[in-house]
Amino acid sequence: MTINQTSHARRTPAPPPGTFGVGQPEPVASPAFRKNAQKQLQNGRMRKNLSHATTTIRNKRLLRVAEVPNWEDVRSAGAAIKDRVARHLDQYLAQAEENLTKNGAVVHWARDAQEANQIITSLVKAKGVDEVVKIKSMVTQEIEMNEALEAAGIAAWETDLAELIVQLGHDRPSHVLVPAIHRNREEVREIFKKEMGTYGTPPPQGMTNDPPVLAGAARVHLREKFLRAKVGISGSNMVICDTGTVCIVESEGNGRMCLTLPETLISVVGIEKIIPTFDDLEVFMKLLPRSSTAERMNPYTSMWTGVTEGDGPKEVHVVFVDNGRTNALADPEGRQALRCIRCSACMNICPIFERVGGHAYGSVYPGPIGIILTPMLRGIDSDIDKSLPYASTLCCACADVCPVKIPIPDIIVHMRNKIAEKKKHDRRPHLEPLVFIPVDWVFKESKHWELAQKAVSIAKKSVLKNVEYFGPLPWPASPWTRARDLPMPPQESFREWWKKNRGGAR
Amino acid sequence: MNARDVIFSRIRTALADVPNLPPEQDIPLDWKYGEPLALDDVLDTFVKMCVDYKATVERVPAAKIGETITKLVKDRGLKSLVVPGGLEASWRKAAEKGGAKIVDDEPQKTSPELNEIDGVITAARVGIADTGTIVLDHAPDQGRRALSLVPDTHLCVINADQVVSDVPEAVQRLKPSVQAGNPLTWISGGSATSDIELSRVEGVHGPRNLLIILAE
Ligand code: SF4
Repeated sequence: MTINQTSHARRTPAPPPGTFGVGQPEPVASPAFRKNAQKQLQNGRMRKNLSHATTTIRNKRLLRVAEVPNWEDVRSAGAAIKDRVARHLDQYLAQAEENLTKNGAVVHWARDAQEANQIITSLVKAKGVDEVVKIKSMVTQEIEMNEALEAAGIAAWETDLAELIVQLGHDRPSHVLVPAIHRNREEVREIFKKEMGTYGTPPPQGMTNDPPVLAGAARVHLREKFLRAKVGISGSNMVICDTGTVCIVESEGNGRMCLTLPETLISVVGIEKIIPTFDDLEVFMKLLPRSSTAERMNPYTSMWTGVTEGDGPKEVHVVFVDNGRTNALADPEGRQALRCIRCSACMNICPIFERVGGHAYGSVYPGPIGIILTPMLRGIDSDIDKSLPYASTLCCACADVCPVKIPIPDIIVHMRNKIAEKKKHDRRPHLEPLVFIPVDWVFKESKHWELAQKAVSIAKKSVLKNVEYFGPLPWPASPWTRARDLPMPPQESFREWWKKNRGGAR
Repeated sequence: MNARDVIFSRIRTALADVPNLPPEQDIPLDWKYGEPLALDDVLDTFVKMCVDYKATVERVPAAKIGETITKLVKDRGLKSLVVPGGLEASWRKAAEKGGAKIVDDEPQKTSPELNEIDGVITAARVGIADTGTIVLDHAPDQGRRALSLVPDTHLCVINADQVVSDVPEAVQRLKPSVQAGNPLTWISGGSATSDIELSRVEGVHGPRNLLIILAE
């Protein structure tokens, strides 16, 4: 089953059922994070690949960051600039719109995913074409644009190598930066062999699983599409307000192809993805490459200011998308999450993400930023969205690496609070208050505490004599002990020892 | 209300707690723009970083640009080269001397036509030493964006006085180009991907060979 039932034969490979998007008509049906995580943890290959990738990238990031003498100052500047943007968003958006329009771009506004998809679909249809080439972009994944175009009979071809592997593999990205990291080279070869020919230029005979050979097959397969494409679709890393300039940061050159060769270019941009001035660019061109791919600079960055006579697309559109961002904006604490420049540093450093991978989060935004941003964008009604803010040990590593200093752990706690409040409000019975009735009693008076300790040590000396640790316990302790062992209490407490040995010396 | 009005009103409602101040006063910023980076030698660093990104760099006196172009074209066996309209005439001749057929972009070549051409020669606007980056602003001596994208070899000539220490200085130098409506392409080495098992592959879609002539 696909998301959108189409009457005609599909043009592009069907993704797995369900939704990872934001603002789709059907409810988010993904099970809670814990269940997803348990399933993902069974996938040994993914864990191995992911741990290799995250370890390599985060170690390299350390090197690249250490090269910048004033890194902390650049981070602070980045945070301040993005705060300015969020707190005065209406003003900056109006300025961006004015300057984009002045330079020949057409600006569109979309309240939600459906509206964005309608706008994009009708722009493509107006060109009379049935295919587009696109650059990897988080917001187009968020609105599940490819499936909306597919439903309208338009093929959206992913042109980033990893996204191509994901698309041809009927799959979903497992990492924001390296979306096909869960696949190894042999699988990539199989996917290319099986699917490439169905959708365009087939791979060469006798293609090996050597990465340069596989990348070469993708180059040939995609070049045909680039050369004939009439419409290109992109996201944007930044829109610069005072000049009306759109900016794309990339590695492979597929972006340059999509931005330059087609006659029409549509850029889909979250309303928070703006920076006030061209001067501010220096801050983000330092922060982003080093935090993201851990390079001094990414191979290619393109910037364009509306339509340039005789160079590139003759028609340039920018679709600004809200899709829940104003919900995040309305929460003064959560607002800080809108500083995010999608570098993925917080994911690569996260001990949970490293083990479960992107698929477990049931959202296009995984990892530390995903567990706060997704429930802000989608709300906290579904099982998955309610569970996401708990997918953290609060180790705070993410806050240290975030180039725009988002206090992710604080926002995680804030979101947990919101979820607990909602549960209270929904009058759903839950365990915590019940557990805390005896806890409250024990801690209220030292006599109670001593009594409790005595009970524990008697138990240890009798029933629990030969037990070394507690494994999984039955309900109600099961949620806690399912993934942790509880140590045995000692036979003698510190208080008892003190009384015995230092009793007189108060 | 149309979508635009709805979004703007949502934003204003969401920001009810924000004082009505100019953004610069609301969130002051302790930052000096356009600062250079202290480097021992800007040009040495530029060369080192470009090479680190697998670009080929020839560092020559300005008088030898032509000679170097001829040599590179010959060595690389480039049979056809597209040149932007504003390219220095002597560079064009030098390329011809190296054995390449020179193709003009007037009238503009189609993308499939460009795809049949071996390479392109362009000038540049700015070089950034700390990151090994070349920035094109697609002025007439660099040509439209497709020229330096579709052919597989990009031969780029940059003058020593165009190379700055770091990104902030570069942004300041590029500002007039952007204000004039020019697009920018920042190039740091050749196209690359690490998408399969994180193993780095040079050359996916952009030119697979980047040859830089740094003229002093
Ligand atoms: S939250 Fe920070 S570290 Fe994470 S992706 Fe966004 S900018 Fe990068």
